[in-house]
Amino acid sequence: MNFDFSEDQKLLQQTARDFLDEHSPLSVCREVLESDQPYSQSLFKAAAEMGYQGTVIPEEYGGAGFGYLELAVVAEELGRALAPIPFSSSVYLATEAILLAGSEEQKQSHLPRLAAGEAIGTFALVEKAGQNGPEGVEATCKGGKLTGTKLPVPDGDVADFAVVAARSDEGLSLFLVDLDQDGVTREPVGSFDPSRSMAQIRFDGADASLLGTAGEGAALAERVLDRAAVLVGFEQLGGADRAFEMTKDFMNGRYAFGRPISSFQALKHRLADLWCEIQLTRSNCYYGAWALSNDAPELGIAACISRIAACKAYDLAGVEMIQLHGGVGYTWEYDCHMFYRRAKLLSVILGSPASWKDRLVTRLQAQNAA
Amino acid sequence: MDFNDTPEEAAFRAEARTWLEKNAAPKDPDDPGDDILGERTSPEIIAAAKEWQKKKADAGWACITWPEEYGGRGATPIQNVIWGQEESNYSVPPNIFGIGIGMCGPTVLTHGTDDQKKRWIPKLLSGEEVWCQLFSEPSAGSDLAGLRTTAVREGDEWVINGQKIWTTGAQFSDWGILVVRSDADVAKHAGLSYFVVDMHSPGIEVRPITQINKGQGFNEVFFTDVRIPDANRLSEVGNGWAVAITTLMNERASIGGGGTGGGVDDLIELAASVELDGRPAIENSSVREKIADLYTRSRGVQYTGYRSLTALSRGTTPGPEASLGKLVGAALAQEMASFGIELGGVTGATLDEGATPGDSLFQEMYLAIPGLRIAGGTDEVLRNIISERVLGLPPETRADKGIAFKDIPTGPAS
Ligand SMILES: Cc1cc2nc3c(=O)[nH]c(=O)nc-3n(C[C@H](O)[C@H](O)[C@H](O)COP(=O)(O)OP(=O)(O)OC[C@H]3O[C@@H](n4cnc5c(N)ncnc54)[C@H](O)[C@@H]3O)c2cc1C
Repeated sequence: MNFDFSEDQKLLQQTARDFLDEHSPLSVCREVLESDQPYSQSLFKAAAEMGYQGTVIPEEYGGAGFGYLELAVVAEELGRALAPIPFSSSVYLATEAILLAGSEEQKQSHLPRLAAGEAIGTFALVEKAGQNGPEGVEATCKGGKLTGTKLPVPDGDVADFAVVAARSDEGLSLFLVDLDQDGVTREPVGSFDPSRSMAQIRFDGADASLLGTAGEGAALAERVLDRAAVLVGFEQLGGADRAFEMTKDFMNGRYAFGRPISSFQALKHRLADLWCEIQLTRSNCYYGAWALSNDAPELGIAACISRIAACKAYDLAGVEMIQLHGGVGYTWEYDCHMFYRRAKLLSVILGSPASWKDRLVTRLQAQNAA
Repeated sequence: MDFNDTPEEAAFRAEARTWLEKNAAPKDPDDPGDDILGERTSPEIIAAAKEWQKKKADAGWACITWPEEYGGRGATPIQNVIWGQEESNYSVPPNIFGIGIGMCGPTVLTHGTDDQKKRWIPKLLSGEEVWCQLFSEPSAGSDLAGLRTTAVREGDEWVINGQKIWTTGAQFSDWGILVVRSDADVAKHAGLSYFVVDMHSPGIEVRPITQINKGQGFNEVFFTDVRIPDANRLSEVGNGWAVAITTLMNERASIGGGGTGGGVDDLIELAASVELDGRPAIENSSVREKIADLYTRSRGVQYTGYRSLTALSRGTTPGPEASLGKLVGAALAQEMASFGIELGGVTGATLDEGATPGDSLFQEMYLAIPGLRIAGGTDEVLRNIISERVLGLPPETRADKGIAFKDIPTGPAS
């Protein structure tokens, strides 16, 4: 049994933690939260210099050529740091879509710039409230011209291009669309977690190039979402861990009734339960990372359980963080709400937990039928 | 990252499997599984269990982590896990030696003299003698150190009076590990001593207790002027608490290792085979959500176990964090059983071989699991352990510190 990261991977993780401690203390997240800037450009650039955006991009396209276990440990650290950058959109979604389905030409034109952090990509899938996956897409693409409205598109206001789901004659397909062109209008949309930005994008006959096989967009989108679910799961894990540690430290220092509040059993047991949730999530995410890095047939189920567990643990950590801090936890000045907001944003950003639970059971049924 | 054995582990697994293939039949798919509460204790089962244990001992496959000089093979903890995994694929009798092998043996090996080890370990290992754990009392469970059974020295002997309770397997045990109060004038934890008692001694009376599921795994054990030779004392007089801690640490390791993560596949099977509102229940969205939650959680417990095994494989001893397995696993098993009953609809209300869906599996489980949430450290005690020993939070303020045991306040009933 060797169900853990290797020493080299742990070293990489430590390097990422040191790097983020220096370049992304919580004040960097707060700066983005409190200003009009959509993300921290300097952090995104510094991360690219570390090679993080290109972690799994093959060397021939300018990446580091590592595997997904390496990307997973970086993701965990970015989550811990609440890094206010469009990393998940660009790396876990757009880059993955191109790696999975891009033509040689598409890879050559996009991957090197993505790896270098010179381009930001995103995934424009959802159009309306209640939508969680490729179902219900109404945007169309005829003769290479894409028309429709996507809302919300994470990081859509800052991305250079998007992977867009739209209907063509063959059925639902994915397209690569440059966002700097006449047929594209975008407007920022208020975000539940303003340290991560959201936009509405209108396509009005925009030039689009097919990504992958026409008519197979739904299956491709699901594969992209599965991969992103594991990686976002590590961000959630990192965030939950940090929220837990900060809460524990606060409780050890806060006295009431003549003793540290961390000595009250009602609160100790809540911390113990939260610790258990985070441990279970870590284990499920490791399984997801194993499946992703081996491109295992189990990835479909592994992605679901990573995501379901991670959404639950981070939500709980955010909720408990505010509650166990008392009044200060409810202030803008304290950092608790940054975790509370990020947790909720991540719990819906790839589709709600309810949709992933349904997907999980569908996949279990298929597995049992086989 | 992978789930594979190291080459040495694989070689060991192959060796274990070769022996098992020759000496046991493959498991019947309908095998009822682990006897987690030690309830299956008919004379035939006990005889079969002893025979199997003896067979293993003769071939060097019993208590493999114990030293060779006492019949073990000095195996590593991970080899022990591998052996257990392999053995569980075969049709073998229920393990009536769990307490003896998991807790009593390791305690004797840690604290016993050479003579004591020679006297007790080989026959414990070979299954010729069965052991039980005489710790809990009517007024001392979670608060074990509050126990009141007394030991008074008379020459080379100790005279024991009092009562133990919840003693699993006492009705067929030959020996018991016993913690008693040898001094009530000193502080609670300082007045305890630890003995090995011959369960056939005059003055011991064992009365079975009936569980909520009508099983009789545990007993009351009364001691009236029972005499124990001083040679049966483990460690110093007054050092019983330290010895008891050794036992409890081993208890945690042996209970935590047991897989309570199963069962969710049975639940999915049941949900696919029964109907809800005229459609297969598994198509109902609230059923689906519940299954997804239970599946995710049970895999979480399973993979957390894999992480512990990885640490074990790398030579790290599991610490108090191993409490998670039982804390989460037992409550989860209860929730699965509860949902399994509900899936049957109104027929879930039956407990009848012919009428109850899914062979009454979940009904039986629902009546068994509460015991698991109490035995070997209750859920609440495990949360105390996690919060204090893993997370380092401050201990409880206590009402029993720094005073003689006899002056500690007690409830009206005791
Ligand atoms: C099936 C089964 C088999 C058993 N086998 C054995 C055996 O072989 N040998 C043996 O010696 N014992 C055995 N036991 C006994 C078991 O160890 C005790 O039942 C257990 O430790 C709880 O003690 P208690 O029953 O006195 O309950 P109590 O300790 O009185 O607990 C009552 C309730 O109070 C809670 N509580 C107690 N203290 C605290 C605290 N500090 N903080 C928060 N909550 C607390 C408990 O969690 C529980 O919910 C067995 C029990 C069961 C159910």
